[in-house]
Amino acid sequence: MIDALVLARAQFAFTIAFHIVFPAFSIGLASYLAVLEGLWLRTRNTVYLDLFQYWLKIFALAFGAGVVSGLVMSYQFGTNWSVFSDKAGAVLGPLMAYEVMSAFFLEAGFLGVMLFGLQKVGPKLHFAATLAVAAGTFASAFWILSVNSWMQTPAGYAINAQGQFVPVDWLKVIFNPSFPFRLTHMVLAAYLTTALVVGAVGAFHLLKDRTNPAARKMFSMAMWMAAVVAPIQILAGDAHGLNTLEHQPAKIMAMEGHYRSHPNGAPMILFGLPDQAAGVVRAKVEIPKLSSLILRHDLNAPLAGLDTIRRQDWPMVPIVFWSFRVMVGIGLLIAALGGLTLVARLRGRLYDWPPLQRFALAMGPMGFVAVLAGWITTEVGRQPYTVYGLLRTSQSASPLSAPAVAASLAAFAVVYFAVFGAGLFYILRLMSRPPQPHETGLPTGPPTRAAGITPAPAVDADRALLPAE
Amino acid sequence: MSHSLLTITWAGLIAFAVFAYVAMDGFDLGVGILFPFLQRGGERDTAMNSVAPVWDGNETWLVLGGGGLFAAFPLAYAILMPAVYAPVIAMLLGLVFRGVAFEYRWKTVRAKWAWDLAFWAGSTIAAFAQGVILGAILQGVAVLGRSYGGGWWDWLTPFSLLTGGSLVVGYGTLGASWLILKTEGALLERAFSLAWRFGVAMVTAIVAVSLATLSLGPDYVRRWLAFPTVLATAQAPLLVVIAAAALFLSLRRKNERWPFRLTLALFAVSYAGLAVSLFPYVVPNRVTIWQAAAPASSQSFMLVGAAVMIPVILAYTAYAYRVFRGKTATEGYH
Ligand code: HDD
Ligand code: HEM
Ligand code: HEM
Repeated sequence: MIDALVLARAQFAFTIAFHIVFPAFSIGLASYLAVLEGLWLRTRNTVYLDLFQYWLKIFALAFGAGVVSGLVMSYQFGTNWSVFSDKAGAVLGPLMAYEVMSAFFLEAGFLGVMLFGLQKVGPKLHFAATLAVAAGTFASAFWILSVNSWMQTPAGYAINAQGQFVPVDWLKVIFNPSFPFRLTHMVLAAYLTTALVVGAVGAFHLLKDRTNPAARKMFSMAMWMAAVVAPIQILAGDAHGLNTLEHQPAKIMAMEGHYRSHPNGAPMILFGLPDQAAGVVRAKVEIPKLSSLILRHDLNAPLAGLDTIRRQDWPMVPIVFWSFRVMVGIGLLIAALGGLTLVARLRGRLYDWPPLQRFALAMGPMGFVAVLAGWITTEVGRQPYTVYGLLRTSQSASPLSAPAVAASLAAFAVVYFAVFGAGLFYILRLMSRPPQPHETGLPTGPPTRAAGITPAPAVDADRALLPAE
Repeated sequence: MSHSLLTITWAGLIAFAVFAYVAMDGFDLGVGILFPFLQRGGERDTAMNSVAPVWDGNETWLVLGGGGLFAAFPLAYAILMPAVYAPVIAMLLGLVFRGVAFEYRWKTVRAKWAWDLAFWAGSTIAAFAQGVILGAILQGVAVLGRSYGGGWWDWLTPFSLLTGGSLVVGYGTLGASWLILKTEGALLERAFSLAWRFGVAMVTAIVAVSLATLSLGPDYVRRWLAFPTVLATAQAPLLVVIAAAALFLSLRRKNERWPFRLTLALFAVSYAGLAVSLFPYVVPNRVTIWQAAAPASSQSFMLVGAAVMIPVILAYTAYAYRVFRGKTATEGYH
């Protein structure tokens, strides 16, 4: 029997997993657009303007999807987690109100100018609008990650007579122990995700025409990003993990697959099949003592396992174990891609080494996979709590009947796959067209669109399958 | 500031945010509601363009209203959201459809009709659901302890359907008078005739909802009709009559500016009427704003931000509207 709680959790996970994909892309893309426009204003090299116009169209689509899926999120707390809202609203609500006031209005207010306004306000003010949108996406991430981190590592609060969390020290609430790590890691993840997409589009067009100047430029820019940021991201992830070990040890046990304690040096399990019922990892491949070395910087340091924790407080190990490996694996692959491009640059073959371009193309969607895998690690690893150690998930849900939640979950699933499937189709179609010199992007009279770009490609590309039919 | 003053301030701020939402997203949802009455192609393009640069900002007021309720009155948010679960989900899904239509509609020729349909249906469903939510709250919500205590169909009554339909025609009027402001030629003519038809429906709806509210229970009758408050509350219907008469007059005279302002005035009076019906309750007759309030430390922390940010937001919102002022079709976006 599936109860309302499980359905509410599935619904939250489903809607947030859809939402996060768009911000992960638009945080990075907004900054990339600002860099492109800034470079254009400084150098007046039209390749930058072409690239700006090219990516602006894609940004408009992704951003719109981020906005509507985010709107859903802001009501999910009340509809599905009303008890949680009553208990944690006084602490988390103000942070989200700050997000609305400092981030969402900024993005929304200047998005119109950014998309439609170049001719109306001139390049300087237009650049200011682009910067405002980029700053808005960062501010969004700042506040919402503070919210999420507080739920992981609560601080600066008291509990009142009604059992509500009430704020005592706002600085401690906002800058709670896991927040700096999570913010750094997530923003870097957004930049990497965007770099991989931009790099893949560049690679795709280089494979067809290695002389296209805009394709060369975007490929090179994206690969610098990957080469520089991937190693930093690995260090940031490691630091994040050490912080988690301090505050949420059970999550690390789940990530590492340590059901048992290891009094003299814990092994690093590379692969294996965690068996939650039996509390063992089967068929494992492990490196002795490595886990202790990474987490404690000492080969023989003891590490506690889940056997030191009450059974009802265990997170679901198999999910956490595997999603963590997917993320780390992709992180290493990105670093490898970055390294290869450095070699290619040294050999002067960055743009005409097809295996490299194919590799970059295949890595295109991997940032999204890593982001989702990372979040699943984070969120499933903190179970069974919504506010870590204090409020259980089972005590957070709304008093709803299962059919109500099931019906809405089904509606979300159908609508999201249809709507965002169509969006993905349109985005891929835009990407499959190479960037042109004098890339259009300025609305040249009616009809204009929210994206503010000429509709030319829509006509000829319409031979392709139409998702809405 | 004392806690009770803070609470009143926040109730006022949230009321302001919700009204800003109704006024601003109201006209762009209204344009969507009117889509079937506009000619395919050119007229619809212009109508959509007239709201495209601003709709996202308009919708953000809804996030502020919902987020503000969560932050300043968490108990109210926790009770009301499950009570109006189905219409909230319907509203969100409606907003998803019409929000993406702004982009997708231009990315295809063959499926354009589908996104026209999505824009119309999404806007209409969102407007209807918002009206239903309002009606469901007005008619009362079952409370058990600190949670919602009713079933998941409780919101569905003739009254809530009436308020749902009323909001659709209200937004439709707002959309038509916005188009009067922003368009010219054949579309302008059409907007005038639509404003007339939707305006009649809207005024009828205001009367119907007012009478139906009185029939909801003795509390509402007392609030509205007891002496001497009736001297004050009677101004509301009077203002409705004046604003409605002026609206129809301005439509007859083909004035291009006043219909929008007068429709907004009708909304403002109806909204003030709502305040009379509700204050100081957030959940009628069950939970007051004082009972639902977050602690002073939360409210004052947010108030600092709001005092700085809301004027700034209003300023750059005004700037964005200025950049895109004037008739959409003639000026276009060059
Ligand atoms: C492009 C995306 C990406 C890449 C390549 C990596 N991560 Fe990551 N990781 C994320 C994207 C991400 C994320 C989606 O952004 C998460 C989820 C929550 C968060 O703050 O970041 C995350 C969470 C996350 C956590 C969970 C922390 C917690 O919940 O308490 C750890 C320990 C790591 N990461 C460690 C790593 C390591 C050691 C990596 C080395 C290769 C790595 N990540 C690469
Ligand atoms: C930063 C904003 C976020 C907040 C405030 C947040 C909050 C929550 C809450 C309240 C729950 C419900 C309790 C539960 O069922 O575990 C949850 C669960 C979950 N969230 Fe998040 N979350 C956030 C981001 C994300 C992201 C970006 C993902 C992306 C994949 C994600 C994935 C999940 C999953 C998979 C669950 C279900 C876990 C389970 O059922 O075991 N979350 N989160
Ligand atoms: C439960 C958690 C979340 C809620 C309630 C939420 C809410 C929202 C809302 C309401 C919007 C639309 C804003 C507008 O109207 O312009 C939005 C967009 C956005 N959100 Fe979220 N969000 C959540 C999780 C996240 C996470 C985890 C991140 C990133 C770290 C994030 C980053 C953004 C960004 C950058 C935007 C701008 C639009 C875009 O880039 O696509 N959000 N979010």
